[in-house]
This record gives sequence, structure tokens and C-alpha cells, in this order.
Amino acid sequence: MHETFKAMIIATNVSKHFGKPVALNNVSVTCNKGECIALIGPNGSGKTTLIKSILGMVVPDNGFITFNGKNILHDWLYREFIGYMPQTGRYPENMTIGQVLDMMKDIRKKSKNRQLDEELADAFKLGSLLDKRMRTLSGGTRQKVSACLAFLFNPDVLILDEPTAGLDPVASEILKEKIISEKKKGKLVLITSHVLSELDDLVTQVIYMQDGNLIFHKSLENLRKDTGEDKLSRAIANVMMKK
Amino acid sequence: MKKIIKYVIADILRNKIVLAYTFFLLVISLSVFSIEDNAGKGLLSLLNVILIIVPLVSIVFSTIYIYNSAEFIELLVSQPLQRKKIWISLFAGLAGSLTLAFLGGAGIPIIIYAPAATGLIMVGMGVLLSVIFVAIAMLGAVSTRDKAKGIGIAILLWLYFSLLFDGLVVFILFQFQDYPLEKPMVVISGLNPIDLGRILILLKMDISAMMGYTGAVFKDFFGTGAGFTIALLVMFCWVMVPAWLSLRKFNRKDL
Repeated sequence: MHETFKAMIIATNVSKHFGKPVALNNVSVTCNKGECIALIGPNGSGKTTLIKSILGMVVPDNGFITFNGKNILHDWLYREFIGYMPQTGRYPENMTIGQVLDMMKDIRKKSKNRQLDEELADAFKLGSLLDKRMRTLSGGTRQKVSACLAFLFNPDVLILDEPTAGLDPVASEILKEKIISEKKKGKLVLITSHVLSELDDLVTQVIYMQDGNLIFHKSLENLRKDTGEDKLSRAIANVMMKK
Repeated sequence: MKKIIKYVIADILRNKIVLAYTFFLLVISLSVFSIEDNAGKGLLSLLNVILIIVPLVSIVFSTIYIYNSAEFIELLVSQPLQRKKIWISLFAGLAGSLTLAFLGGAGIPIIIYAPAATGLIMVGMGVLLSVIFVAIAMLGAVSTRDKAKGIGIAILLWLYFSLLFDGLVVFILFQFQDYPLEKPMVVISGLNPIDLGRILILLKMDISAMMGYTGAVFKDFFGTGAGFTIALLVMFCWVMVPAWLSLRKFNRKDL
């Protein structure tokens, strides 16, 4: 029973087609509390589709996903426990950063017993940019806003889609530190990234996807053992070569 | 839900098109009423302006607004909010602000210059047409991802309801002029909310005599309390059916 209690997100036989190519083909995953999972795979392998299915932004053709034991179909309150950082943050163009942050706080006010976590906003020094309109922001600043929003409500689950893409080295280091400290608090973290070297000191589990299929889901130690490689990037390269 | 409506309305007011629309209606209605010494004549001139402009602005503005809010919608959908509520809030925000614009621009002058039943019906029809075309726009916008295609569909739908439909009706009338078509015409007019609005207003103006025998049949049907109620119900269906269909599509849409 202990095992099932720990499982936060369970996807069972999830399939999704966009037209002809299969985006997700019978994918089943279990994500437990306290894990930091790397979603790895070539472009177009279905990583973002899987994430969007978990968030309910994409409705799977087949299969189902449960969050804390409840089916997410027709449910929406579970998203209170998720902080999502999209691959490309898209925000209402004529709102300022301050307005977007205030709006999100206003909309999610219901989660009252949760304290706001503005550590990242401070570390990124967003305070001086609050009057800037979203349309004038650079890609990196947008990413910072997305990251702040994902962590702002102190969620139990963090879903980060290419979190460091477009961030400068300082900012991406700040973000990594933040992810590590949240992981230590026992949160579930799901990360996709193509920069494998930066995942080494973050992740505990690796999910490898290709063409919508889940190829394997292993702990980092097992992966290291199986491939005989110490670095995640070499281990993955090793796996891809064998295919 | 109130919060989202608040943000939608604040956003719409910020982009000033709706304010320009209000001002435009205000200029037209004030000038029409000051040129004509008779309020009835003023209403008649205003009738055609309202029946053309209100649907056009409602459908085109709403369509573009929905497409431009794609980011906003995406952001909201990943939050603990029900999709149904997001969509209804968008609808309420759009319908509310366009209705307010119409009331401010045309409703107030009409009520000041022509406070009789005809004027009130005209205001009511203007409001209903605004809401109906917002609902139709939302159905069009949710059906296709491509913005250019969506706006094209919106303009074609407007053309259909304000011009092509009448052309088709005239065509049918000429083709079947040997048959008594007066009663079927009552049903056919229900297929177009703009026509329905026009008929209800014209009947109140007592110029239905100009519409010949069909006008008399219309008067027989829509002039009665029951007929008028049915016509209003049909107008409400024109709001509810597209709004409900668009909601169903939005609930299943991948973002």
C-alpha cells in the first residue's frame, strides 16, 4: 500500500494522434512523490504531448491519467497542485509582468493555506521589470516569468518543459539551485531538456521516449549500471547508438 | 468566474476598438435623429444601419479577439480552472462589452428621441443581435486554428446572414411564385436572426402594409403575443445553440 500512496501521477495506456503521426502510443508511466524525472527523447518524440496530457491541455484519444488517485478527466482542481513552466511561455501581449503576476495570484487565491514563494522572482530581480509589457520582453525574460509562475504557488508537482532554454548561465544556475531545493522538500519534479549535462545532478529517474513510444523508465543508477557510463549524456548516447 | 470576466472586460476596454464603435454608433444615431424631424423616420433610417453594423462589428471583433486571446486561454487552461468557466467568461465578457457599447452608442439616443414601443424593440433587437453574433463568432473561432481562415469564415457568415440569405429567399419566392409561400416564409425568416429582428421592428412600425400579403401573414403571426414570444424564443435559440456547440468543442480542444 505504501507504494501506491507515493504514486502521484499515473498514466495508463495513453494514446494521442494529431492527424497521421502518433504523438503518444500506449504510454504508461508512474511518477512518485520525491522523484525528479527527466523526460528525454528526440524532437517530436511526444514529451510535450505527454506533459500537456497530464495538465489536461491535450485530451488523450485513449487511456487515462490519474492524479493522486483521481482521474483527471473532467477534473480541474488537481491543477492547483501543479506548477507548469511551458516550453515557450505565451502571455497576453499587452499586459505588464506585474499585471500577469497579480492576475495569476488573483485567480489562484483559493489555495490560501499555501504561502507564495517569491524566491525566484527576487533572485531574477523581476521587481525592476514589473512595468514592462509582455510583448517587449526577450525570450529569456519570458522564461524567467514562466519559471516564477511555476514556483509561485508552492505546488507539490513541478512540470518544467525545457526550463533552461534561452536563460543566461547565471539565471539557469539560479533555476537549477531552486529545482534542487524543491526536490529536497519532497516534491515531484518532471523535466524535459535537451541539455543532458545539466540534468546529471538533478534527476533520479529517466524516461526515454521515441516516436511516441516509451522506450524505458529507469532510475539513474540503473541506467548508469546498464550502460556502464557515468555521465547521463554518454549513457543516453549509448542507448541511442544501440537502437 | 467573475475574476476572469473582469480581466476580459478590462482587456477589451484597453484596446479601444469597442470605445470607437460606441462613439461611431453615437454619432450616427444622433445625426439621424437631428436630421429627421419625425422620430419614426429617424428610427427607420437607423434600422438598416443597426441591422448591418451591429452584426458585422460583433462577429468580426469577437472572432479576432478570441484568436488574439489564444495565449491568455492557454495560460488559464493550465491553471486550476474549469474549461467551461473560462469559455463562458470569455463569452460573457465579449457579449457584455458589446452590449454595453450598443446601449451607450445607440440605445440611449433611441430611448431619448423615440421612447415608444418601437424604440424599445429596436434596442432589444440590437442587444440580441450583438449577443447572437458573439456566439456565432465563438463557434467559428473554436472550429479552426487558422486565424486568417477564422476571420474569413466570420465575414462570410456575416455576408450570408445580411445579404446572401435575402437573395436566396427572393430566388425561392420567384421560383415558386405559383405556390402560396406566405406561411412557409414565417418559418424561413426564423432561419436568419437579422431578418427576424427586422420583421419584429417593422411590424411595430406599422408599415407592414408595405410588405403586401406576406406582410399581412407576418402581422397575423408575429403581431400576436404568442407569435412574438415564439420569435423571441427563436432568437434565444440563436444565442444558446452556437454558444453551446462552441463550448462542447472547446471542452475537447487540444491546446
